Amino acid sequence: MEWTKLLIWVAKGAILVNAMLVSAAYMVLAERKIAAWMQNRVGPNRVGPWGLFQSFADVIKLNLKEDIVPAAAHYQFHALAPIIAIGVAITLYAVIPFGDYVIIGGHTIQLGMAPNMNIALLVILAMTSVAVYGITLAGWSSNSKYSLLGGLRSAAQMISYELSMGLSVVGVLMLSSSLNLSTIIRSQADLQWNLFYQPIGFLLFFISSLAELNRAPFDLPEAEPELVGGYHTEYTGMKFGTLYLAEYANILSASALMTALFLGGWDVPFLPKLLGLQPGSIELALLQVGSFLTKSFALVFVVIWVRWSLPRFRYDQLMTLGWKILLPIAMANIALTGIGILLFKH
Amino acid sequence: MLVHYLPLIIMIAIGAIFGLTNIIMAEILGPKRSTRAKLSTYESGMEPVKSARERFTVKFYLVAMMFILFDIEVVFMYPWAVQFKSLGMYGFTAMILFMVLLFSGYLYVVKKGALKWD
Repeated sequence: MEWTKLLIWVAKGAILVNAMLVSAAYMVLAERKIAAWMQNRVGPNRVGPWGLFQSFADVIKLNLKEDIVPAAAHYQFHALAPIIAIGVAITLYAVIPFGDYVIIGGHTIQLGMAPNMNIALLVILAMTSVAVYGITLAGWSSNSKYSLLGGLRSAAQMISYELSMGLSVVGVLMLSSSLNLSTIIRSQADLQWNLFYQPIGFLLFFISSLAELNRAPFDLPEAEPELVGGYHTEYTGMKFGTLYLAEYANILSASALMTALFLGGWDVPFLPKLLGLQPGSIELALLQVGSFLTKSFALVFVVIWVRWSLPRFRYDQLMTLGWKILLPIAMANIALTGIGILLFKH
Repeated sequence: MLVHYLPLIIMIAIGAIFGLTNIIMAEILGPKRSTRAKLSTYESGMEPVKSARERFTVKFYLVAMMFILFDIEVVFMYPWAVQFKSLGMYGFTAMILFMVLLFSGYLYVVKKGALKWD
């Protein structure tokens, strides 16, 4: 019994990582296509129909590129940084529930690696903290001024916005009384989405996630006009590719997290009851996973959309926004949520 | 009990193995034709001037310190938030008191100009 369980976990992990890789590949393409549309260009259209195989061609190209590590760089840490970045990005997927459960041949299979982990949100908070190490290490080990400045900026930005991100989730926790993502999703069943009870929390979480992901308008760590490429200036070939992949994997996991916390996760309002789908049936599982992924990718689209619409912040504006605007709003939001629950939910 | 966290460990292992494979692939595949110019640090085409690991502004250090202070408060709020409904009015007033204390500390930090970037 124990061995089949282990086998199922490893299989699920492998499927999850592969699905993530393919999604990341298409997110890169989507980003380039959407950017092209918004700027009246064509975008990638040479590799396959509509450039559909562009990212795979890019992966092959990156793998065959020469691996250049500057002589002044710290070789081991230079190689370690992408491993930390991608390792953390992949680990985050372990706690995300993509659907409820499905019963196949008497086996109850959870749709997700560990969707019922009781410390899911703490794991996520811890992992986003560890992600800072990858970027700081990449910046420091390269021994290039651009990389170091990019890494420093990134570290300061990520830890600053982690506070408002952590605080914006507290409201959700108060509503659902759990750190378990599956329980949080179940408490939002039938359109009782946290988005409607926590609009400020959602907005704060979204803005902080953009900053955590180093995405525009918070992409100062890789501000091309000032810092060339930021912390990955001195990376080439697949080492660069791994850092890049980790970025896109993080966009997807942040979107999935927002879906789970605020958009009801796998919840499809009223439709399962209307169609009479049994819990545990394959049809319902497909519907749930489809709904979860639709919501997540819609958020990914918004993230891309924001990048190509808004100009970059100045660094002092970024710090002011994080510390002097978002942080007090997040604390006020907690107090407001508390008052709301005490008044209405008793 | 620990078996509940096994999926997490499996996932960390998968992530580490995947990252390691990528790095090893990068080292093995691809040509190796290094020259002195290629291995020098990038500095917009100039000869690199001094090492990059110099002193940097103390503000980054301040931000890191403040982060540790406030992040502990955030983590402290998590168990309270989970128990909020069962704690009721008592828990709420206690936390408001705590938040007022925290916020006055925060105001002091802001007034001291520790978060000022210019």
